[in-house]
Amino acid sequence: MKRITLKSVATEAKLLLIGIPLMIWTLVPVYHMVLFAISPRDSATSGKLWPDHPTLQNFDFVFNQKHFYLDYFWIQMGNSLLIATAVGFLTLVVSTCAAFAISRLKVPGGRTVMNLALFTYFIPAAFLAVPMYKTMGVYGLLNTQWSLILAMVTIASPYCIWVLKQASDKLPFELDEAARMDGASPMQLFRLVYLPLMVPSLVAVGTYALLLAWNEYLYAFLLLSNDKDVTLSVALGNFLSADDSPWELLMTTGLIYALPPAAIYYTFKRYMVSGLTAGAVKS
Amino acid sequence: MLVVPYLLIFFIFVLYPVGYGLWLARHPESYVKLFDDPIFFRTLINTVIFLVVGINIKMFIAMILSGFFVQTRWWIKVVSLIFILPWALPSIPTILSVRFMLNPEWGVINSLIFRLTGADGPNWLNDPTLALSFSMLMHIWKSLPFWTLILLAGRMSIPAEQYEAASVDGATNWQKFKFITWPSMRTLYLTSTILSMIWTLGDFNSVYLLTGGGPADLTHVLATLGIRYLRLDQVDLAMASIVVALPMVLPLVYFMMKRLSK
Repeated sequence: MKRITLKSVATEAKLLLIGIPLMIWTLVPVYHMVLFAISPRDSATSGKLWPDHPTLQNFDFVFNQKHFYLDYFWIQMGNSLLIATAVGFLTLVVSTCAAFAISRLKVPGGRTVMNLALFTYFIPAAFLAVPMYKTMGVYGLLNTQWSLILAMVTIASPYCIWVLKQASDKLPFELDEAARMDGASPMQLFRLVYLPLMVPSLVAVGTYALLLAWNEYLYAFLLLSNDKDVTLSVALGNFLSADDSPWELLMTTGLIYALPPAAIYYTFKRYMVSGLTAGAVKS
Repeated sequence: MLVVPYLLIFFIFVLYPVGYGLWLARHPESYVKLFDDPIFFRTLINTVIFLVVGINIKMFIAMILSGFFVQTRWWIKVVSLIFILPWALPSIPTILSVRFMLNPEWGVINSLIFRLTGADGPNWLNDPTLALSFSMLMHIWKSLPFWTLILLAGRMSIPAEQYEAASVDGATNWQKFKFITWPSMRTLYLTSTILSMIWTLGDFNSVYLLTGGGPADLTHVLATLGIRYLRLDQVDLAMASIVVALPMVLPLVYFMMKRLSK
């Protein structure tokens, strides 16, 4: 049996003294959002910490588009989904090919490509947004969803290439040699050896790109403007255009919008944490 | 062949825009106009405060928290699951949630202050210092989990035997930190801080969605100012404000490139 000493009690108390404030700090904004979502319109702003009559009425309003801010809720949800999926898929294709070529095939100039990607990774997103907006205008892509998809692939892929290259460098080279001796072409090597071994990293970067696109606000609101084209994030931002916006509906929509990424995140948490933190900073 | 898709993306959506942007910012008059804009000077100061104060506070807390999460307790596992919530959630709804909490008339904070004391609470986001502080807190709230996990990974890679040996020698916790933890994490800590600074320069949401740059355009940072100029159709000013920031950014980028491509 473990002996309870004064010292161990003091240690536990100190840990709790960090843990409890940390929980409150983390949960307050989230709880506030949930509180609004289940509060009826008139009591949402009463300053109570739990509504007298919790209700799901706000969800009915959102799902059935019963407010002019929500006229295109389902279309916008669809847009978010479509764009996030497209970005996740395209980023995965682009970055897997690049990482394979750089790390396994050792193509000439691979190092340069890696450095270009790294450089892009370090351009602050809001700085690139200004010339990107003008460029999309030049290409005639402004106000089409392709502009947002391509912009997000541009932003997501450098990091994905980097993470995939890191992971791929760790695979033993004897595998490639063995496969080559058996007469495998580079394509077969890619399909039969490389891809299956890289699955955890592929899940991590695919999810990363998907969530990045789903969560993006700045590029989405710059590049898209038509109510039927915008993503849900832009629609949420539009609530701010008037002072008397229905907050409870905004928070309800926000909660609905936040749930899918959170669910994906926690489902793939294992891959996300190890895959992404490992690549972020090489120590 | 396999690198072609990425190279296309790089040339079409990175190199060309960057070159085009720099070309737009070629006129010296743009810079004269920029420096004449009182908002710009204020923005520079805000940005530096955001980076120097905000990021260092964040990394310091992340360092402490990584020491908290490295402890093995069942309940700390639970805490860590909840703790990464800000990272997992999109920033728009959570930032707007905080914005509403701080609303002077209907926000929950001032309602509570009124119920408890009968006095009106402050107009939180109408004071530039408070508003900028809240933007920094918002940023910390959002990105603290990520950096804590990074530093936690660093801590976990330190061999446990080192700590055991130190305990045998009767080292205090502080001595363990000073002689074992810090020396092995110093580089990681520095790299993380610099990387976080670079990314934070591009953090548009924490400021824009919370304060909108207000009151009276006093809480802008470079990320929001560039977009403000863009929306006012002054692209040359937007690009000029970014070019002015380059002497600050490029050394950091150079440092990171050197570290990562080793």
